[in-house]
Amino acid sequence: MRSSWSYVYFAFYLLLGIVLLFLNNDLSKAVITLMNVIIVLVPLIGTIFGVMYYYNSKEFTELLLAQPLKRSSIFLGQYLGVAISLSMSLILGLGLPFIAYGLFKSNAIWDFSLLLIVGVFLTFIFSALAFNIALSNENKIKGFGYAILMWLFLAIIYDGLFLMSLILFEDYPLDKVSLIGTMLNPIDLSRTLILLKLDISALLGYTGAVFKRFFGTNFGLIVSFVMLIIWVIFPVLRITYKSKRKDF
Amino acid sequence: MVEITNLYKKFGKNEVLNGINLSIQAGGIFAVLGPNGSGKTTIIKTILGMVIPEKGSIKVFDTDVKNNSAYRHKIDYLPQIANFPSNLKVSELIKMIKDLRGHTNADLNLIEKFKLQPFLNKKLGTLSGGTKQKVNIVLTFMFNSPIIILDEPTTGLDPISLIRLKDLIDAEKAKGKTIIITSHIMSFVEEVADEIVFILEGKIYFKGSIAELKAKTNQQDFEHAIANILTENHA
Repeated sequence: MRSSWSYVYFAFYLLLGIVLLFLNNDLSKAVITLMNVIIVLVPLIGTIFGVMYYYNSKEFTELLLAQPLKRSSIFLGQYLGVAISLSMSLILGLGLPFIAYGLFKSNAIWDFSLLLIVGVFLTFIFSALAFNIALSNENKIKGFGYAILMWLFLAIIYDGLFLMSLILFEDYPLDKVSLIGTMLNPIDLSRTLILLKLDISALLGYTGAVFKRFFGTNFGLIVSFVMLIIWVIFPVLRITYKSKRKDF
Repeated sequence: MVEITNLYKKFGKNEVLNGINLSIQAGGIFAVLGPNGSGKTTIIKTILGMVIPEKGSIKVFDTDVKNNSAYRHKIDYLPQIANFPSNLKVSELIKMIKDLRGHTNADLNLIEKFKLQPFLNKKLGTLSGGTKQKVNIVLTFMFNSPIIILDEPTTGLDPISLIRLKDLIDAEKAKGKTIIITSHIMSFVEEVADEIVFILEGKIYFKGSIAELKAKTNQQDFEHAIANILTENHA
């Protein structure tokens, strides 16, 4: 099951890459358009695949639990399987059309690589979060629901709330708050990271401008990367913790 | 071999195990009996580390099972419900388990015995319940572990396969293995078990041989002896 959906996912990105480049012939512009798609879509796919894979392999997991295998090996193995498979589909699906269009000869190669790196980070983060939700919810429908809600919150609602609080409290110094606010959402972190690198001041917005002011471009990049790594590590640790305590 | 000390387990508000103390010695067939919901499968699962108790300890060959997985090399387990991934073929599953636990050729003999050759290339999702149980049996008995745990092994088996299973159990017992069985089927238990333990509402009500049980309850018949315990305790 996992394999056939990976191919669909791969084909989707292939198509997306080809269409964008066909319409756009400029590699850098294509990268920017792609960024907006990836920032929202990759977390969604990671979430859905993570939850679905966990619940679909529940029976097999019970078979494995009676074997001389560590619990953490079983669950981390499943998680890594999903995360790596999705990342490969992303990298190959986008990489192939871009390479075909002459990526290696263009300046956009670094921006494109950053986009892929961010995509991989988001895949790992959201599949880990999805596994966590699935591990904590026996009821498949509840688990799936919570997972989608989580994505919805981080991808869309969060920014709305953030913006509202910025407006409500605009008389107060909000710099530190917006900094922390950005760190608490891996999607915003990714967006900030890419925009910092692409150095498009107009698109930076308030959050990006604050980042740039506090950290300068390079330091800001490093901080964002570190935060993204932390966003992967904590859910993965919780997977290990929860899987050791669960009854089957 | 298997030492269970002061085991307590509850699922939500349901107190399934209420202070189980059990010691299973090496060699022979040990049957765990009890009505539905008495805690039989839960005890088995705590031995295997699939269920984690609130209180109490379990030791297998003197190693604590908590946070430990290596001891399961010494246990072969037949689950009550065979949960197989439906897309795998029988031969693929057998190969996968061999990759996990070590190479063996004993499966060929077992496949022959239970007439599973025609099913080797079929997907597990397409098999009938009885056939899946036979695959289950092959996977369990193909390794040579000192402890064999069988949870309701007779489920779904036709009479010929049942006889073959009993032969298999006797053969393993002759090799000096320790076999732990849970079952509802009194006639099966009477035929194979050396010692039985009777569990009711998470507590042990009797432990000993079938002869001792009959003497204690003053019954000639095993089924009546069990019924006696049940009625005495308002089950």
